[in-house]
Amino acid sequence: MDYSSFLQMREEFSLLGVMIFLLIFDIFATENARKYFQPLALVLFAAHTLLNIIPRDAFEVAGGMFQYVPMQTYIKSVLNVGTFLVLLQAHKYLNDFDKGIKKGEFYFLILSTLLGMYLMISSGNFLLFFIGLETASIPMAALVAFDKNNRRAAEAGAKYMFSAVFASSISLFGISLIYGSCGTVYFSDLALIMTNANPLQIMAFVFFVVGLFFKISLVPFHLWTPDVYEGAQTNVTSYLSVISKGSAVFVLFTLLVKVFGNLVEQWQPILWVVTVVSITVANVFAVRQKNLKRFLAFSSISQAGYILLAIISGTALGMTSLVYYVLVYVFSNLAAFGVLSVIEQQSGKVQLDDYNGLYQTNPRLSFVMMLALFSLAGIPPFAGFFSKFFVFSAAIDQGFYVLVFIALLNTIISLYYYLLVIKAMFLTKSENPIELVASDGAMKLSLVICTLGIMVIGLFSAIYNQIAVFGFGI
Amino acid sequence: MQYTILILVLPLLSFIFLGLMDSKFKPKTAGLIGTIVLGIITALSYYTAFEYFTMYKVEGVYQKVIPFEMEWLRFTDLLSIKLGILIDAISVMMLVVISTVSFMVNLYSLSYMDGEKGFQRYYAFLSLFTFSMLGLVVATNIFQMYIFWELVGVSSFLLIGFYYSKPSAVAAAKKAFIVTRFADMFFLIGILVLSFYTKTFDFGVLTGENPIVFAAGAGATFMGFSVLSWAMALIFIGGAGKSAMFPLQIWLPDAMEGPTPVSALIHAATMVVAGVFLVARLFPVYYFQTPEVLHGIAYVGAFTALFAAVIACVQTDIKRVLAFSTISQIAFMMVALGVSGYEGHEGTGYMASMFHLFTHAMFKALLFLGAGSVIHAVHSNEMKDMGGLRKYMPITNWTFLIACLAIAGIPPFSGFFSKDEILAASFEFSPLIGWLMTFIAALTAFYMFRLYYNIFWGKDYAVKAAAHGHGHDDHGHGHTPHESPFAMAFPLVFLAAVTCVAGFIPFGEFVSATGADYHIHIDMKVAITSVVVALISISVATIMYRKPSTTPDKLAASFSGLFKAASNRFYIDEVYLFITRKIVFNSISRPIAWFDRHVIDATMDGFANTTQWVSIRIKSFQSGQIQQYAYVFLFGTLLIAALILIF
Repeated sequence: MDYSSFLQMREEFSLLGVMIFLLIFDIFATENARKYFQPLALVLFAAHTLLNIIPRDAFEVAGGMFQYVPMQTYIKSVLNVGTFLVLLQAHKYLNDFDKGIKKGEFYFLILSTLLGMYLMISSGNFLLFFIGLETASIPMAALVAFDKNNRRAAEAGAKYMFSAVFASSISLFGISLIYGSCGTVYFSDLALIMTNANPLQIMAFVFFVVGLFFKISLVPFHLWTPDVYEGAQTNVTSYLSVISKGSAVFVLFTLLVKVFGNLVEQWQPILWVVTVVSITVANVFAVRQKNLKRFLAFSSISQAGYILLAIISGTALGMTSLVYYVLVYVFSNLAAFGVLSVIEQQSGKVQLDDYNGLYQTNPRLSFVMMLALFSLAGIPPFAGFFSKFFVFSAAIDQGFYVLVFIALLNTIISLYYYLLVIKAMFLTKSENPIELVASDGAMKLSLVICTLGIMVIGLFSAIYNQIAVFGFGI
Repeated sequence: MQYTILILVLPLLSFIFLGLMDSKFKPKTAGLIGTIVLGIITALSYYTAFEYFTMYKVEGVYQKVIPFEMEWLRFTDLLSIKLGILIDAISVMMLVVISTVSFMVNLYSLSYMDGEKGFQRYYAFLSLFTFSMLGLVVATNIFQMYIFWELVGVSSFLLIGFYYSKPSAVAAAKKAFIVTRFADMFFLIGILVLSFYTKTFDFGVLTGENPIVFAAGAGATFMGFSVLSWAMALIFIGGAGKSAMFPLQIWLPDAMEGPTPVSALIHAATMVVAGVFLVARLFPVYYFQTPEVLHGIAYVGAFTALFAAVIACVQTDIKRVLAFSTISQIAFMMVALGVSGYEGHEGTGYMASMFHLFTHAMFKALLFLGAGSVIHAVHSNEMKDMGGLRKYMPITNWTFLIACLAIAGIPPFSGFFSKDEILAASFEFSPLIGWLMTFIAALTAFYMFRLYYNIFWGKDYAVKAAAHGHGHDDHGHGHTPHESPFAMAFPLVFLAAVTCVAGFIPFGEFVSATGADYHIHIDMKVAITSVVVALISISVATIMYRKPSTTPDKLAASFSGLFKAASNRFYIDEVYLFITRKIVFNSISRPIAWFDRHVIDATMDGFANTTQWVSIRIKSFQSGQIQQYAYVFLFGTLLIAALILIF
């Protein structure tokens, strides 16, 4: 066996290298050197991101177990950028955190999940896929319960763990049915075998795919989302809502087209229903939320519904608009979560009413929050408008007129609740608004990057065109 | 001629700089920056003119030059919008006119606007206006022209409403903007129709030798006229809005609410002639493709000229007299274009129109600046507050007199030459129009000298002031009118000098419809008639207004109906108010507002209420119990599987 082909898994190895280095540094460095842990980690991770930003030619490793196509570089880069922003936003939290937990743990856990997602994205075999899925899930539970002395965080961690295990087991059951009915777990072989959908294979498919629906938190597999989002530390929540979700939607698209391409008659109606239910139910719930973290949880469920519009098309246009949507979503959602986390850390306030009159005291944070919400709501000229536009056109292109119409109606509702927050910040007067909060340099940097992203990505057609080059390379 | 791009870039930079650097330095500095930039632009424009007229003549014909052009928006291969600079005889002439008057106004304003709140803002707006106007005249295609056309409208709006704390100024600014914008709507439709059929925006193609591009538009008809005629008529409506042709003239008199130098620049010399320039720019299209529209322009112009001249005879606000005079004179230019032929002697009208545009810009700017000087001295716009000012303001008096003689058409002042050509062209077209224009010229001489005598002669200012109870001997010199400072006097003298000599410019050598030379020869019959008529009018005005007399009142009483109607501008404003308030608001706006409030808004409310209602109903799903979550999860999975297998 030629082991040199393993060396082509550059992205995975480079991430692994960063992880191991940080782990060793964290354990063996002197107290003095450890002060530089965070800057060092950030620089290393940024270097890792930049080194792996250029797509390469497609290749296979280990007999098709691991399959790389150029498009994966883009989605991995999007995840890298998102993770980098989350790490920047967590910088101050980790510095202030003095409950005997080492910063290295946070980094190691986050990067482990990221590695799991990498494997999920590049897998060519259900076994590797499942390992990736679990690698991405189990450290995540630890992250959710990171602040282990906090009851709510512990509760959220337990809920996440139980739900994830439940979802994984159903998914694994689906995989075993696939193996049982087809006799293989390689994607490329399965695509050839699953031609005439027999009931067993359809069952297998449904059981498998709901595991991913769980990760993406689509209705009715979303119930864990608000509880976990609320309980977890805010930076973990943002990671969960952006990175974890982003990787899962990409994988879902890949698998639906690559493995279950012949079952398109079956999975399109499923996605149709799930999309409508997800967007609508999430919107209806979001309207009544008073806690901003729960509010953003429902908002992210509804955003996931919009992403399904790109997936349901199953075309190159859909793939391109999906990656673009995730990219924009990374900036918009992380901007919102960034503001949320900096305010929560300083004042401990996360209720909508607390944000009344925020503009009087924190005009810049309010402004960033406003941009983020406008982008999430899809108001031009911000990036969110263009990303919504592209997913809609991907779906329209395949004739899903009713679906797009329902989605459009839902944007009205979503606009309503996003504007509720903006109204609270800018229009509602408050006796005692949140005092001026100071954010550290890393947080500022991340918010600036997000703001630029929101304002610029939509207007530079080059970005979309570049993604479109590898539109159907999956 | 690459440097011509600077003519556009400099005023834009000046606008941005002055606009952004608000109150960073002393007002005087801001004014100086604006003025110096304008000085540079003026020098550049003169150099451009010099270079163009000396170097770009091929076989006796001036060539069109495009020193700069870029693609700005590209929609399809056919539909792309370019921005560029087109240099030809009329655009060079306009460059000279705009930069000269603008420079003079900038200089004048240094003193006139001194101490006003928002001095820097004023200069920023002036720069914006100059930029827009220059961009308009050098446009290489009709769409670029439209863009700058609108920019001109905006800067005019900003400048008319400069005293934004004064309700009448705000109302006037809105009126000017809405009326011209209303006309521009037709302009835009015209542009779209024209370009839809000709497949081009480019002036070079439209006015070129190749009539094939018009085939499609000339073939298609709509309500009895070819589509091309409709397009060109609609485009003219846009021009009529900016140039205040009847019935769109209503905004111009009110626009006098702006600072007087602004009136001189925008509402006398430059912006209001944009419509004339537009027709001149598209003249070959009008002449060859749609002559019926061109004749329509002539009749509209003739009527407007008469209409405005009659009103000018009875106005008492000196700036409004000048405003109506401007409308009348611009209508002269329109008439000249309307009656013009194309080549050689036939093309007198075209040449005369541009010539009059040039001379009129100078002497009308002079009149406005002189009026500003007077207003500066007596702090009033009304004739009744003036009189006998010649003793106090000699420079203003003399320069104003020169301008009056020029507009009245007395040789050797510039107005005589250009007006004479217009009259000659009109007689050539039809004797009726010719005599009508001669009569209007007589009216012009009359109302201008009525204005002149009322300001500088008649009852002495001091006597009037005493009668009003604040004679100048009470509180010293505070109420004594005095000559304006140098910064204001210099532009007056300069423009007066131009007015004295401009008539001797062999204008036909430079500007003609074809680009070829044309030798002006004065038609003695027409010239003598018009001078005699003008002299008679001036004599009548002298008798009536030089000394205080009761003749004017008696006349007014005997023609009371006409006098009252003219004083009220023939009730055109009231007609507009009736149409908008009673008809448009009631039958269109209110129903739309109702629809918006009760149907569109109500739909949105319905969404909100339904969402809230459902939201309360399904709250219990989110119980927080993980067992229930697992049940829902499993149930969902099975439901999906069952649905797929059953259907």
